[in-house]
Amino acid sequence: MTGIRDSAWEGDLEQLKGLVSERALTGETMVLNMGPQHPSTHGVLRLILELDGETIVNCTPDVGYLHTGIEKTFESKRYEQAVVLTDRMDYLNPLGNNLAYCLAVEKLTELDVPPRAQYLRVLLAELTRINSHLVWLGTHALDIGAMSVFLYCFREREKVLDIFEMVAGQRMMATYFRPGGLWRDVPEEFEPAVRDFLDYFPAKIDDYEKLLTENPLWRDRTQGIGYLSADDAVRLGCTGPTLRGSGVNWDIRKAIPYSSYDHFEFDVPLGQHGDVYDRYLIRIEEMRQSLRIVRQALDNLPSGPVRSNNRKYVPPPRSEIGHSMEALIHHFKLWTEGFRPPEGEVYVRVESPRGELGCFLASDGSPRPWRVHFRTPSFIHLSALPHMAKGHMIADLVGIVGSIDIVLGDCDR
Amino acid sequence: MTALNPIEALQAAFADAIEDAQTFRGETTIVVAREAIVDVCRYCRDTEGLAYNFLSDVTGVDYHPQEPRFGVLYHLYSMIHNRSLRLKVLLPGDDPVVPSVTEVYPAANWSEREIYDLLGVRFSGHPDMRRILLPDDWEGHPLRKDYPLGKETVQFSFNFDHVDQYKPYAQE
Repeated sequence: MTGIRDSAWEGDLEQLKGLVSERALTGETMVLNMGPQHPSTHGVLRLILELDGETIVNCTPDVGYLHTGIEKTFESKRYEQAVVLTDRMDYLNPLGNNLAYCLAVEKLTELDVPPRAQYLRVLLAELTRINSHLVWLGTHALDIGAMSVFLYCFREREKVLDIFEMVAGQRMMATYFRPGGLWRDVPEEFEPAVRDFLDYFPAKIDDYEKLLTENPLWRDRTQGIGYLSADDAVRLGCTGPTLRGSGVNWDIRKAIPYSSYDHFEFDVPLGQHGDVYDRYLIRIEEMRQSLRIVRQALDNLPSGPVRSNNRKYVPPPRSEIGHSMEALIHHFKLWTEGFRPPEGEVYVRVESPRGELGCFLASDGSPRPWRVHFRTPSFIHLSALPHMAKGHMIADLVGIVGSIDIVLGDCDR
Repeated sequence: MTALNPIEALQAAFADAIEDAQTFRGETTIVVAREAIVDVCRYCRDTEGLAYNFLSDVTGVDYHPQEPRFGVLYHLYSMIHNRSLRLKVLLPGDDPVVPSVTEVYPAANWSEREIYDLLGVRFSGHPDMRRILLPDDWEGHPLRKDYPLGKETVQFSFNFDHVDQYKPYAQE
C-alpha cells in the first residue's frame, strides 16, 4: 500500500503528527475517517482511525461540530433567562440540565425550594432519565443490528414526551425548572398520566430484555468489548453507567444527594466486567429503578407551593401585583434588571443519564453570570474512547461508541 | 483512615505555594502557586487522609480587567471521603501558562485543551495541546472578556444605505 508520504494527499504532514503512528506514514497501516456524517456516531463526531487490517491501532476523536458557544451566550443573559439555554446542550436530558443550572443558582443565592417542587423535580428528572435511556437503547441496538428494538423504544419514549408536553408545553426543550422551584404547578391530568405510564412501562422493559439480553448475537457483539478497568475508569474521569459498569459504586444521587434524593429508596446497579454488555445491563436496570423513584415521588408528593416565596429572587404571581405595591416593585425590578446574587463561585454536580453533569457558576455580583461552565459527561467520556477502542475491530467501535452514550450537543456545547 | 483537613494539610506540606484558602457556600477553594500545581495535585491524590482520587473538571475564568487575569480551577473529588476540593491557580494576563496535570489526572486532557481553545491559557507539558472545539485556523479565544461579540446592525429605512455599505455583498 502507498504511504501517506507518497500518496496524492496534499495536506500538511504536521497536521497528522501525534494523531497517527510512524507506521501510517510508510503505508504499513491505513488512516481512515469515520464520520462526521456516519449514522453510528450519534451526531456529528469524527473519528480518525489508524487501522492495521481491521484492528484499531489509534483512534482520535475530533469534536466541535456542534459547538455553539453556549457558555459565552450565558454571559450576556440574566440568570433567569439563561435557563432556556441549558436545555439545548444535552437535548436528551433537558430537565436534568435545567436542574444542574438551577441548583447552582440556588446554591449561590441560598434560595429555598419548596418540598413539592423538589419531589416534582426528582420525578421529572427520572422520567428524563428513562427518555434518554430509551433513545440510547434504541440507537445502540440499531447500531449493532437489532432493528426492531429501535421502533419499540421510540414508541414508549413518545409517552414520556407527552408527559413533558403536558407539564411544560414543550416536548423536548421543556425549560420547566426555574431558580427557586418550577415554572408552575403540574396540571390535574398529570398524576393519572404518570400512573398509566408506571403500569404500562415495566412490561415493555421486559420485552426489550427478551429481544436482547439472552440473544446470542447481541452477547457476541457486546461481551468482552470495550473493556475498561475500575482504576482506568476513575483515572479517565468516567462517571455514570460507564463507571458503574466497571464496578465502581459511585452514584451522585446516593453520594451527594441533591433535591431530596435521600428521601427515596432505590438501588444502584453495578457491573462486573466493565464491557459494553455490562453497561447495557446497568442502563436497563436503571430504567426500572427510575420507575421505582417515580412511583415513590408520586405516592408521597407533598402539597404546597412549587416556587420559593423569596421575592428578591422569584417574581411575584400576577394575582399579587394587583394589590401589593411591593410586589409590583419586585416584579418591575426582576423583569427589567434581574436579581443580583452575591459574589462567589460554586460548583454543583448532578447525576445525568450519562454521568456527572457539573455546573460551575462564577458571579461578580451583577445580574448576569460572569462565567458559566458545564462539565459534561459526553465530553469526558469521548476523551476516554481511544483507551477503550485500541486493539478492537473497527466493527466493534460502533458498539463502544454506543455504550458510552454520548450526545454531541452535550459534548460540544 | 481519618480524613485530614485539606487546608491544614496543604499548608503544612507546601507552606510557600499556598497563597490563599477560603470557604464559600461550603466549598473549599485553595489558591496554589502555578509552579506547585502538579505537586499539590499529586499530594492530594496520594496522601491517605486526602485521597482526592477523581478529577471532576478543570475550567478557566477570565477576570479581565483584574490582574492576575486568568484563573484555572480544578475540581477534585474524593470517592473515599466523599468530599470535594477546588484548587485554583491565578495567572497573569501577559503570561498565561500553567503546568499540565495530565500526568497526575489523565481526565484533565480534554478539559485543558478546551481551556486553551476558548481562553488561550497554555498548559506546558500537555501531550496534545491543540484546539479542540473550534477549527484549527480560528483566530482569538472567544471566552476572553475582551473578545469582540459579533453583531449585525438592524437595517431600517433611515439607515438603510449606511448599513448596506457594510454588508459583505455590498463590498464587491
